[in-house]
Amino acid sequence: MNYFELFSFSPSFDVDTALLAHRYRDLQKAVHPDKFAHSTEQNKRLAVQRTAQINDGFQTLKNPVSRAEHLLALKGIELSHESTTVKDTPFLMQQMQWRESLEDIRDSAAPDDLIDELNQCFIDYSQSIISRLAILLESDQPQDWHQAADHIRKLKFMVKLQDELSRAEDALFDDE
Amino acid sequence: MALFQIAEPGLSAAPHQHRLAVGIDLGTTNSLVAAVRSGKATTLPDLDGRHSIPSIIRYTKDQIQSGYEAESYSAQDPQNTIVSVKRFMGRSLNDLQSNNLISAYRFSSSDHGLPLFITEQGEVNPVQVSAEILKPLVARAEATLGGELEGVVITVPAYFDDAQRQGTKDAAALVGVNVLRLLNEPTAAAIAYGLDSGQEGVIAVFDLGGGTFDISVLRLNKGVFEVLATGGDSTLGGDDFDHLLAAQLIAQWQLTDISPTLERQLLIEARRVKEALTDNVLVTASLILATQDVLRFDVTRDAFDALVLPLVKKTINSCRRAMRDAGVGIDDVLETVMVGGSTRVPLVREQVLRFFKKTPLTSIDPDRVVAVGAAIQADILVGNKPDSDLLLLDVIPLSLGIETMGGLVEKVVSRNTTIPIARAQEFTTFKDGQTAMAFHVVQGERELVDNCRSLARFTLQGIPALAAGAAHIRVTFQVDADGLLSVTAMEKSTGVQSSIQVKPSFGLSDVEIGHMLKESMTHAKEDISRRMLAEKQVEAARVLESISAALNKDGDLLSDEVRSQIEASMQSLSQLRSANDADAIEKAIEALDHLTQDFAAKRMDNSIKLALKGQSVDNI
Repeated sequence: MNYFELFSFSPSFDVDTALLAHRYRDLQKAVHPDKFAHSTEQNKRLAVQRTAQINDGFQTLKNPVSRAEHLLALKGIELSHESTTVKDTPFLMQQMQWRESLEDIRDSAAPDDLIDELNQCFIDYSQSIISRLAILLESDQPQDWHQAADHIRKLKFMVKLQDELSRAEDALFDDE
Repeated sequence: MALFQIAEPGLSAAPHQHRLAVGIDLGTTNSLVAAVRSGKATTLPDLDGRHSIPSIIRYTKDQIQSGYEAESYSAQDPQNTIVSVKRFMGRSLNDLQSNNLISAYRFSSSDHGLPLFITEQGEVNPVQVSAEILKPLVARAEATLGGELEGVVITVPAYFDDAQRQGTKDAAALVGVNVLRLLNEPTAAAIAYGLDSGQEGVIAVFDLGGGTFDISVLRLNKGVFEVLATGGDSTLGGDDFDHLLAAQLIAQWQLTDISPTLERQLLIEARRVKEALTDNVLVTASLILATQDVLRFDVTRDAFDALVLPLVKKTINSCRRAMRDAGVGIDDVLETVMVGGSTRVPLVREQVLRFFKKTPLTSIDPDRVVAVGAAIQADILVGNKPDSDLLLLDVIPLSLGIETMGGLVEKVVSRNTTIPIARAQEFTTFKDGQTAMAFHVVQGERELVDNCRSLARFTLQGIPALAAGAAHIRVTFQVDADGLLSVTAMEKSTGVQSSIQVKPSFGLSDVEIGHMLKESMTHAKEDISRRMLAEKQVEAARVLESISAALNKDGDLLSDEVRSQIEASMQSLSQLRSANDADAIEKAIEALDHLTQDFAAKRMDNSIKLALKGQSVDNI
């Protein structure tokens, strides 16, 4: 399924997210199951299927990491079930350091400040990868796409870090 | 093309006739029913002018009492008078024991570990009790509106998991009403307010009821209500305030050897004191013992606040988490809406005000706002407002996942994903020659299976015997617009498939539901088959009406050959419809369904294209 097509965009990393949201709402208004609640079972089923695709497509295109991954999949580079790992040593060192900081949250005197600080670090770092990724994805050279794939793998590490940060934050709430 | 005339009495309504549909707020403490009449959504009162009805059912030897009548026996006959049954929905006996909820009742356990209340009428399960709560509401609606209901929207806490939702839908099935949608309570409240004020922006709905707490963060945009995040606690509510205060009174009065009757008396008194403390800073709790001794104790609002503060803090933490999940800041929030009777507690209002820095909206009665919103949605879903702009995009409250090696959870659908949604994940065999694979579906946020709720287990058989890791099994999770999950597993090379409508581990099986359905009818067999036939006839009428409208509108999408096949098939369904053979009607519907599948899909895709076109025109 080509989600760019579904939302009538040309396949590019550069997506107008406001327009995307607008189109999403218009598509929902056309096929959401609520519009078929009093219709036949067949229409109800189709509405659920199409809406599920639209929801999935919207999530995929809205988020830069999944959008990039989808774009590469359309170019024939599939990352979803791969086992390739990141070999960039400085990157991995940085990851380890951040992981240690995550563990420090629990015993920190000012955990909220540490969480905010880490959060900002993660956002800044991800943003810098994304800007490089954007350039590589606009290229028509397959070797650039493979390099883009490396950046996406790194971004996935960053997503995991973000998740763990959220979890650490949740754990703080639960202790209160 | 007017080939088919389908407006026989009782079968199908004329196209523009007002269809009867209501919204039902099936609450922990009280329940209500509301409908849109003359364009306005209001709750429907009983003959004595009372709008809400206590969610209490009493089982005596030869009858079932409900509402106020049942309530009056609550203290006197606690073991047969079931209160707050919503807290038992979708829960196992084990869950309940750890929640300290069960002391007043006698319980036994079903085969699946489902709690069964032992009453004078025998064992009853929470689904049956909930059905009894629904019955008088449906009867009231039909009497007030003057006809049979075509559908109902029932509200559930946003934070209800799959088992709790399924249980609620099963209860409606027992009553025999058509559920148009399970609607999340905070979303219902947002609709009730949103339509009144026509606002745009982010709204936070804080919903603290008798037994459940929800927080939902929504964005309103041109009639579309998009839930950004939801959170809460399906075991936290005003009841817990009562329990804390009752425990305090027990300690204060040094009561020991507490009978079920005394316990129920204490809870009723605790609730009275709590409610009175909303408008007073000091209330005297009192209790008359069996010995006729009278106990008294002064409770100040400050003391009560101190008692419940930890619980209120928990709700604020959920708000913080939901705001983070929604990706919006406090300053983005345009309005906060208060729902549920427990938001009358001054400390709750104060804490919510402090967190959101806004005076919450309370202009619609917090006890009625959910039912009102549900009625508005029911009116639209049943088809009375084809031109309405209102659309709800709701989310799944808790992540869905599958157990992997080592008791870990692999998330397939994360919480706060917009529904309906379908997601697939691939798994592989880990032993050479493995021909079967067991799946365990769980719901929750934690990493370990043991800390999540078990939803279902099923096995995919017939996997080709290959080397470890060579078979590829694709597991697809589909969540419908009610938030209910179905799962399919398929081995990719052979196409061997296994699918289940996830029936919760602590829910009822189809067999049990069928059995209960039979029990609930006096002339069981005859009634069931008559009902089945009527349902099929209505569906046949709906199918014929829909396809004939589709042919009129988009008939040019079809070749002459396919069109005449469809018309012939419609003809035979139309003839069968008046006969009394439910199976034959069902088969004819299936045949027609099969023939028109491509046509229907094409039409759906055309409406997608059309929607985008309208869009691009707007933007030029």
